[in-house]
Amino acid sequence: MTALNTPPLKTMELLRFSTAGSVDDGKSTLIGRLLYDAKSIFEDTLDAIARTTMKKGQEGLNLALLTDGLQAEREQGITIDVAYRYFATPRRKFIITDTPGHEQYTRNMVTGASTSDLAIILVDARKGPLIQSRRHAYLSSLLGIRHLVIAVNKMDTANYSDKRFKEIQHDFEPFLKRLGIPHLYFIPMSALHGDMVVERGENLDWYKGPTLLDLLETVPVSLSTTHLPARLPVQLVCRPQTPELPDFRGYMGRIESGTLKTGEAVTILPSGQRSRIRNLYLGEKELGEAIAPQSIQVTLEDEIDISRGDMIVSSQDSLPKTVRKFEAKICWLSETPLDLRRKYLLKHANRTVKAIVESLDYLVDINSLEQKPALTVEVNDIAHIHLKVLQPVMAEPYHENRKLGSFILIDESSNMTVAGGMIEKA
Amino acid sequence: MMTFNRLTHLEALESEAIHIMREVAAECRNPVLLFSGGKDSIVMLRLAEKAFLPGRIPFPLLHIDTEHNFPEVIKFRDKLANKLKVKLIVRSVQDSIDAGRIIEKPNQSRNTLQTTTLLDAIEEFGFDACFGGARRDEEKARAKERIFSFRDEFGQWDPRNQRPELWDLYNTRVHPGEHMRVFPISNWTELDVWQYIHNEQLEVPALYYAHEREVIERNGSLLPVSHLVRPKPGELTQRITVRFRTVGDMSCTCPVISEAENANEIILETAMTRITERGATRMDDKTSDASMELRKKEGYF
Ligand SMILES: Nc1nc2c(ncn2[C@@H]2O[C@H](COP(=O)(O)OP(=O)(O)O)[C@@H](O)[C@H]2O)c(=O)[nH]1
Repeated sequence: MTALNTPPLKTMELLRFSTAGSVDDGKSTLIGRLLYDAKSIFEDTLDAIARTTMKKGQEGLNLALLTDGLQAEREQGITIDVAYRYFATPRRKFIITDTPGHEQYTRNMVTGASTSDLAIILVDARKGPLIQSRRHAYLSSLLGIRHLVIAVNKMDTANYSDKRFKEIQHDFEPFLKRLGIPHLYFIPMSALHGDMVVERGENLDWYKGPTLLDLLETVPVSLSTTHLPARLPVQLVCRPQTPELPDFRGYMGRIESGTLKTGEAVTILPSGQRSRIRNLYLGEKELGEAIAPQSIQVTLEDEIDISRGDMIVSSQDSLPKTVRKFEAKICWLSETPLDLRRKYLLKHANRTVKAIVESLDYLVDINSLEQKPALTVEVNDIAHIHLKVLQPVMAEPYHENRKLGSFILIDESSNMTVAGGMIEKA
Repeated sequence: MMTFNRLTHLEALESEAIHIMREVAAECRNPVLLFSGGKDSIVMLRLAEKAFLPGRIPFPLLHIDTEHNFPEVIKFRDKLANKLKVKLIVRSVQDSIDAGRIIEKPNQSRNTLQTTTLLDAIEEFGFDACFGGARRDEEKARAKERIFSFRDEFGQWDPRNQRPELWDLYNTRVHPGEHMRVFPISNWTELDVWQYIHNEQLEVPALYYAHEREVIERNGSLLPVSHLVRPKPGELTQRITVRFRTVGDMSCTCPVISEAENANEIILETAMTRITERGATRMDDKTSDASMELRKKEGYF
């Protein structure tokens, strides 16, 4: 055993979180601060930034430049696409999905939130929550984020005032509560000076809650779904048919929720056939038990015809529904509006099937949360629809199971991903 | 009990990479794995092996050879391909130069010249998906690239018009002539790569570990002396203990001073190091902050 097989490195968990804010709320500065104070900024990156900062005629270190990627963005001085950042503390490794705050880039926000455990929304202490802040919060809740942090930034410009912080909290909280996000946190901070990001600082003594990093290091990784019923959508079938392995049939896939064990009784969907798990493999290793989200391979006791897109589920648990029709919310991502007369390809849990929008029920006004009637769905719209698929899918509501409740729609002629969807009722 | 029920960060990253590789194997017609013999592609190959066992890796390897490679890396590349019984395709930048497809400027790194040879090979074999071992922590332009990154019929990347990538429902569809670059270890850092090499006990070319080498100091970097790099008048060569953090074009890949003799010691060093990989070791990336973005738009890895 070497030093590195012992904790803490070995037991580090992975937390994915997203950041959103309106332009100039200080998002880039906050991320820079987080990386900088977590000692994850490497010297030569800093060098490059120091050079660029000087070119722009500013003094000192501009933390925001750390997160600015593409040349075009640099020229405009704004972030226009989802960017990923990494840092680690001895307890956790973090993946930051940095999503742009510009109005027309709702689709990037949705992209970012779709894989996150937690979301941070920045609010400028002077301005309070803006329309965009509400929109980001709504999209976070729509995408199933369970931990939402409202980072009340630039507290230095509000005299680090307890009163101002409470005002903002009282102003924003009722709206957030309506969204039903289970865990809400308000943290006062100054990204520029570093108060309450990694260090507590000396200016916010009246605040007794955790710093941002404390929180990031301790919230449960909610994407771990081992407590849910076991679901293994088959991704690929392994049939080597070599002289050594003439009859081997393995079913490869990622366990999307729950736990599978050898000997466990399983049901294959949509056929409904039953069998037992003979073996579980990861590479050459046999596992007695595997958990979500492991990518594994199983063999079964019985010879059953199973192909990609079928699903192996534990027979003990409730089964997902096999459906041809369901209700869903979609976020439209394409500049070309929804065409109700067309078929789209729907990709869901390793199945790609043809789909038709049977009815467009309403759009959600993401500022007021009100429903409004509509004849079409345009880019960045959130719509409630009834969908019909030409082959059945094994579905669960998104709020119960993110993996079996999500799908994308693809335009078959342009090959573009035109919508992301969340199943509401299957 | 709960804590035992979770994956470590490395297990989670491995699972993600295997899922991506299987998705390509299931949905793409003619995939290939870009393989250089460097540590990232060694990790990629191990992931592919684990993804498809007990079957064989269902795609060939493609190496775009600059012919400025370290000979030990090439030897290592051939040995590994042999051991795993995967087909290795090699296309050479020198051939592209000889055929007049590329004009080489004096003192130019061959890393950038790989683009033409790569795109020619993709066209020659009709590949519709190319696995790359790039990581988002390497560089700013990569930080914004999707895991499934669409390339048009000219092999170009359009950073302003990337496909949205929601959950892990990857859209792998392309028209004939277009292709995908697929980056299964996008979310890994250099440290993760070394930890994985350590955990899986993977062999890597010896020049990743500390060894004595003749070097010269030029523009603040150490350069290995070879048939491509000779001391200029006034430059002194010295023999010191170094290791390489990347293994690319010999004429511009710089070693770092290190005593680390195995993966474990590299991890300790990396965990403390304050210099990012590309900056430390690639002279051609230093030129401009946006050089990678420009190169990627043209079709580079
Ligand atoms: N006074 C003060 N200014 C801040 C703070 N955080 C960011 N800023 C400034 O606000 C401006 C916008 O910040 P930036 O991080 O680029 O915002 P973004 O558009 O949300 O990424 C910059 O001039 C920052 O220096 C803060 O905590 N206090």
